[in-house]
Amino acid sequence: MFELLGVPPQALFGQVLLGLINGSFYAILSLGLAVIFGLLNIINFAHGAQYMMGAFVAWMCLNYLGLNYWAALLLAPLIVGVFGVILERLLIARLAHLDHLYGLLLTFGLALIIQGLFRNSYGSSGLPYAIPPQLTGGQNLGFMFLPNYRGWVVAASLVVCLATWFMIEKTRLGAYLRAATENATLTQAFGINVPLLVTLTYGFGVALAAFAGVLAAPIYSVNPNMGADLIIVVFAVVVIGGMGSIMGAIVTGFSLGLIEGLTKVFYPEASATVIFIIMVLVLLVKPAGLFGRAA
Amino acid sequence: MADIAATDAPASALAVQEETRGTRRLHQGIMIGLAIALVIAPFVAYPVFIMKVLCFALFALAFNLLLGYGGLLSFGHAAYFGMASYVSAYAAKQWGFTPELAILSGTLIAAALGLLFGALAIRRQGIYFAMITLALAQMVYFFSLQTPRFTGGEDGIQAVPRGKLFGLFSLADDRALYWLVAAVFMAGLLLMYRIIHSPFGQVCKAIRDNEPRAISLGYRVNQYKLTVFVLSAALAGLAGATKAMVFQLASLTDVHWSMSGEVVLMTLVGGLGTVFGPIAGAVVIVAMQNYLATLGAWVTVVQGIIFVICVLTFREGIVGVISKWIKRPL
Repeated sequence: MFELLGVPPQALFGQVLLGLINGSFYAILSLGLAVIFGLLNIINFAHGAQYMMGAFVAWMCLNYLGLNYWAALLLAPLIVGVFGVILERLLIARLAHLDHLYGLLLTFGLALIIQGLFRNSYGSSGLPYAIPPQLTGGQNLGFMFLPNYRGWVVAASLVVCLATWFMIEKTRLGAYLRAATENATLTQAFGINVPLLVTLTYGFGVALAAFAGVLAAPIYSVNPNMGADLIIVVFAVVVIGGMGSIMGAIVTGFSLGLIEGLTKVFYPEASATVIFIIMVLVLLVKPAGLFGRAA
Repeated sequence: MADIAATDAPASALAVQEETRGTRRLHQGIMIGLAIALVIAPFVAYPVFIMKVLCFALFALAFNLLLGYGGLLSFGHAAYFGMASYVSAYAAKQWGFTPELAILSGTLIAAALGLLFGALAIRRQGIYFAMITLALAQMVYFFSLQTPRFTGGEDGIQAVPRGKLFGLFSLADDRALYWLVAAVFMAGLLLMYRIIHSPFGQVCKAIRDNEPRAISLGYRVNQYKLTVFVLSAALAGLAGATKAMVFQLASLTDVHWSMSGEVVLMTLVGGLGTVFGPIAGAVVIVAMQNYLATLGAWVTVVQGIIFVICVLTFREGIVGVISKWIKRPL
């Protein structure tokens, strides 16, 4: 067995793959945060909680309704997205005229409520969620063993990210969205229903988080706290990438996941903090973020 | 608008002065009232509970100095609170520091950390500032988690000796420690009051209200921001270090992000940008935690609900509402 930089390739590529998986979650979540921030001008602190809800809805679908993974992959984002729409209409829309810090505080409160409620009902030890039977097993690629499900997560995330990019940058709806992000009042004057667009955008961002949650469910156990720490890392990712560009969010998410995975191989002690350290370096060199517009 | 204000300047300046003189007298009255209450309190209530309230009130005051007067929302104030708590606990236990030196070393570490993190965070504004401070604080959390030799890991630093103040007076008794904590709190409050009402504080408020204008007037905005950040971090550290002495414990709870959230909540409930609001907020939240302690995880839910209600309908906070009512800044 040959070795790369003193590390057996199995371990190296295994961690690279795990890094890419984390990276796909970073990418999807930071994408959702960026889309929401662009139009609503708030940072959705509840994003981690909504990611966790996605995983829980998948678990509930399986255990209460008997619906399999594939149905949950479709249903969970839909259900959580509708929940997001209700939240936006009932609560968040009321803060539109205020300083955006209040949006952060409101969604932080919502995250506490959601996480607390799930912790009360399901405890914090985590619930298992089996890999769907179609995706068990794996492929031997010669240099590494690729579990099918992990490969699927990376592929599915990539497709969703690129589809989102395409929708925002290349379609008419996306053009409305970009126009409203640039100047909401003027866009409304052209006869586009901006409040509806705002609500749907929030719902869409939340649905993205829930989708990531369903993907994560078979890899990590379904746990009420699964989103709480993740969201802070995603915030760092957003600071590194800047929220100006959709493609930027995707690229930053995947590459930071990869870097984190590599750190786990070569210097495991720093794996929890490497993204924060990169954030510090980026702040020193390019405060606006790698893809950000200077404020 | 600006022209009218300029022509009326002499009259309005006078009015403002009278207003502030009355307000100052009111504030002095409240300070004296607080001091009297602090003297009576240990005889009518459980001293440890009051000490807890005082530590968190000081923490919230420090946070409010930054957000209420500097306009900077830090979502990572647990880092300074918790790190100071660890350092003072470690110094008292491992190096046998006397309590005042332990608290001082904790405060200094918090100030140093504040200088480092503040210099980074002020490179971005608004929402990014909040995210950066949160991320940096999470780094401190992971550091604390991964260095059990210093922090005791999941167990924390337990059984911290309270020692003898100046090597003379034993603080083992709760009542004895209470006077130290009360003195620290009062000193912190007076210092904060002085900062807010100093020319430095006025410039901070100007930056909060209109940063481009402050820049155009020639103020070095970033220096002011960094100074207020360091002051806030140091005072948060003072609170954390004192807390370590009271509970004889420094643990991961103190550096966790939920602690950062709690101090935001206290300030919000009490009244953002008011002098006395954070104290009221700390009393309410600590009392609530005490009474709801049996409910376990429901405390988080209740805190979340309070957050939502405050943000939606009660943005002035308790003291802010009273202040509006009596038409005097508090």
